[in-house]
Amino acid sequence: MAEDNRVIMHEKDLGKVKSNAKVGGIIGKILVYVFLIVMALIILFPFYWMIISSLKTLEEYRMSVPTFWPKVVMFSNYSEAFTVGSLGRLFLNTVFVGVVSTILSLIITVISAFAFARLEFKGKNILFAGLLATMMIPGELFTITNYGTVMGLGWKDTYIVLIVPFLVSVFYIYLLRQNFMQIPNELYLAAKVDGTSDLKYLWKVMIPLAMPTLISITILKMTGAWNSYIWPRLVANDAAHRLITNGLRNAFTETTGDVNYPVQMAAVALVSAPLFIVFIFLRKYIMKGVSRSGIKG
Amino acid sequence: MVDSKNSWKAWIYLSPAIILLLIFTVWPIVNTLRMAFLEDYSGLSEAGGAVFNFGIGNFVKVIQYQRFLDCLKTTSLLCVITVPVSTVLALIISVALNSIKGLQKVLQTIFFLPYVTNSIAIGMVFAAMFNIVGSFLGTENELIATAGIINNVIEFFGGQHVNWINVGSTYASNIFVMVVYIVWNALPFKILILLGGLQSINKQYYDAAKVDGTSKFRVLTRITVPLLSPMLAYVVITGFIGGFKEYTSIVGIFGENMGPADANGRLNTMVGFIYDSLSQNRQGRASAAALILFGIILVVTLINLRVSKKRVHY
Repeated sequence: MAEDNRVIMHEKDLGKVKSNAKVGGIIGKILVYVFLIVMALIILFPFYWMIISSLKTLEEYRMSVPTFWPKVVMFSNYSEAFTVGSLGRLFLNTVFVGVVSTILSLIITVISAFAFARLEFKGKNILFAGLLATMMIPGELFTITNYGTVMGLGWKDTYIVLIVPFLVSVFYIYLLRQNFMQIPNELYLAAKVDGTSDLKYLWKVMIPLAMPTLISITILKMTGAWNSYIWPRLVANDAAHRLITNGLRNAFTETTGDVNYPVQMAAVALVSAPLFIVFIFLRKYIMKGVSRSGIKG
Repeated sequence: MVDSKNSWKAWIYLSPAIILLLIFTVWPIVNTLRMAFLEDYSGLSEAGGAVFNFGIGNFVKVIQYQRFLDCLKTTSLLCVITVPVSTVLALIISVALNSIKGLQKVLQTIFFLPYVTNSIAIGMVFAAMFNIVGSFLGTENELIATAGIINNVIEFFGGQHVNWINVGSTYASNIFVMVVYIVWNALPFKILILLGGLQSINKQYYDAAKVDGTSKFRVLTRITVPLLSPMLAYVVITGFIGGFKEYTSIVGIFGENMGPADANGRLNTMVGFIYDSLSQNRQGRASAAALILFGIILVVTLINLRVSKKRVHY
């Protein structure tokens, strides 16, 4: 009896499922959209809060009932943040270090990747495997010795110390080598027959073909300079060479309590803005580069 | 002839990279091992002519040192909570994103946004949101009257405000704030990888499931997750590696004190411990701690790889 009932119930259910399938599908779709939009709003909220807080007067920010749009738009917070944090100098320092280290790093990466991808020499595979093995080691392990090394070289508080120790990235060499390997070797041999020099071939054929990877490396390197904090704080924390992230942290040390948040948020927005601008224009390359690298900066 | 010519050319091309790597990568590996096994090694004393005994003293001292154990606890706690939470959340969001057509690109871009940020800068925004004191007017009530937006929202829904990160806050509430921030920060990368994986799954599997009338949940657990397992393994491993190296996100929210003003260093991490030892000129201790960190990362990675070898379907 009970068994029969269950069968009947089951058949009823099946029928219901069929007739409700379409309605259920639409409701499901709506739920999926609601979920995604709610999540997206949560993700966006800190950015929104940063911007509207940066435009409020201090009095308005301190009101017990928060406002979700500034009553008086205070653009002057931005100029105040710029002066208080001396952001101008920090911007220049960071751009300089970023540009120089990106250019030098690209040159080293390209010629190294070329050697690994196209030239034959003894010990190539062992050397390459050895390089890849160093990628597993956390960077902190290197920093301890490198700190002593650069101090010994008298590099404290210079631009060199912010650039040179990070010029070679095994990961970038690996990435570009993979890219170069996909270019057929026949092209290289044909160029050799025509008497084209290595450098000319590299410049005319390989670099244009590997452009997307080179752009990804450039972006990662530039954002790396923009976001680097630990190493610059250790070795170049003087006013003349300080980088932006450090400068921000130094100028606005208080994060809790009675803080002039509107100005602080304006400074944060100014530091974040270049990253967003780069992202808007180069979204494709960034997302591609990131999905291959798995590391920040 | 050609070979030998190519050979010296290759070494010339590689020389800048090799020279820099010898100085800034190979030598540090050797030197870290040396310093770690010289008891109480300090670069400053060595320059002064001090001699150090060879032994495992640094390691013994580090693992008996309460500050190190606290750092290890905080780091592990953050890892163990944030990696599963962000992975599951990223998986749900990715599956949802993959199932829609309209707005997919826009939403995908929004979900990627936290990646393109400066973790110190946005940490300061989170601090402002969780802050409790807007102005110091004296009495307790006035203090709370200007709580940060998170507490405003909690009170709007009839809850009690919480002292998240200010003076007098608890370790648990500090950790909660860090978890929220780290998960927010970790989602974009995971969503990017998982969504990429989902989009490469052959549609035939889903068509077959549809013909068989398989339920949506079963499709998720029996088709999507197994086929996505290489990507899941990847985001879990990178999540753990990143998690054990957590440092700047805490500096972003709490400043260099690594904790509320009345509990300096309470949220310090393994990386923070290494840098503290370094700035105190205790390179022996720093090296031992760095090798322990490396060991932990290695073990976690190997365990993950082992588990995924059994479970991951390629």
